[in-house]
Amino acid sequence: MSDDDHVYLSLAEEHGDDTRWAFGTGFTDPLHGVDTALPPGLDARELTALCLALADDALVSAQRLAEWCTRAPELEEEVALANIGLDLLGQARLLYARAGQAEGEGRDEDALAYFRDPADFRNVTLAELPNGDFAHCVVKLLLFSSWRLSQSQQLTGHLDPVLAAVARKGVSELTYHRDHAAQWVVRLGDGTEESARRMRAALAELWPYRAELYAAAPETRGEVESVLAQVLTAARLDAPADSPAQPGGGRDGQHSEHLTALLTELQSVARADPEATW
Amino acid sequence: MVSNLAQRNRTAAATAAAAAVRDPELPMLTLADLGVLREVRLDADGGVTAVLTPTYTGCPALAEMRADVDAALRDAGFADVRVETQLSPPWSTDQITAAGRRKLAEAGIAPPGSAPVRVEGPVPLTLGPTWSAVVHCPLCGSPDTEETSRFGATACRALRRCRACREPFEQVKEI
Repeated sequence: MSDDDHVYLSLAEEHGDDTRWAFGTGFTDPLHGVDTALPPGLDARELTALCLALADDALVSAQRLAEWCTRAPELEEEVALANIGLDLLGQARLLYARAGQAEGEGRDEDALAYFRDPADFRNVTLAELPNGDFAHCVVKLLLFSSWRLSQSQQLTGHLDPVLAAVARKGVSELTYHRDHAAQWVVRLGDGTEESARRMRAALAELWPYRAELYAAAPETRGEVESVLAQVLTAARLDAPADSPAQPGGGRDGQHSEHLTALLTELQSVARADPEATW
Repeated sequence: MVSNLAQRNRTAAATAAAAAVRDPELPMLTLADLGVLREVRLDADGGVTAVLTPTYTGCPALAEMRADVDAALRDAGFADVRVETQLSPPWSTDQITAAGRRKLAEAGIAPPGSAPVRVEGPVPLTLGPTWSAVVHCPLCGSPDTEETSRFGATACRALRRCRACREPFEQVKEI
């Protein structure tokens, strides 16, 4: 094997700050070199809020997916979940950078990800729910990715060219995520008695969280409901009845204690030494 | 005329230097093979600008590519280097060149088939086995292969297995 063929060799070489692959702080702005002027006629506050909410959904989901490392039922699945999380983390970085530019107060992606408190996060409740068994994982991923794909597809026409471009790239990635989750739902729902029982339990727990997704992006409802119906039919699973108790409030900064625990871990190193770059 | 010619030569030198930079995750490919180098141009102020597009939004290799292009252009004698990122139109595996596809196959990685055609409106759901296109085993050449996971060691690769020679191999997945 020649040096050129060794994927990781370049990591050990000294050539500047941009060569770290692990995720820490102080990376080059992910929108570095992108034309980031705000188009005239765009409400900057609205754009900030939208980018921030979409970024928070992605970051918190990515963190939950990363928690599956070393815990997934098989190696391929662990790699898949980590990959999906990495895609979402990439989307979050671009969206935080865009939110910071639209806000115009000098906050970068690190400031927004590491130095906001739980009540400042705007992610939907579904994203922050603690991981359960693998059935819970695939149902959550199906709900989240179906909804985010629909939303991203609609945002490809957004007036802000940066958000539109980030959404367009997200569509290709989220299509893979949704199909991956859907195929697992079918495999487990239409699998053994035990796998079907676990799928029914996961659906019963997570189904009510759809209401918050549709409240956050009402124009996604028709498409997402149709996708879910197709998947459940193929999986021979019944959709649970809609319960009157519908959790929500994430977009208003009302979160469960689970988000506090998640952020405490995610932000701990950055907050231990805010001046450090790692 | 002379300055036009010099200008063209300088542009060609800059383009060649940037195009020869290798992808950190698929080092058998140059950035030109991969199709992520969108443009190299000389600017009026005497500087040079290279335009890159990311493969995946979360691809950690982009920062590395940017640094490598910057270093390659400086090595080629350009003092004032800018590396821009272009998000739109998004990169697709259809932009991997024919030479790039050949190099992938020679390195034991199956090249991607045609990227999914994107139409306006909601994205259709795929519940069955995904790509109907035949993927040949890069080791024995058999068309009898199956996908074992759509997610591999990097964002851009899927895992497959050859039913004929039983060897596992990777494929750059269509996006």
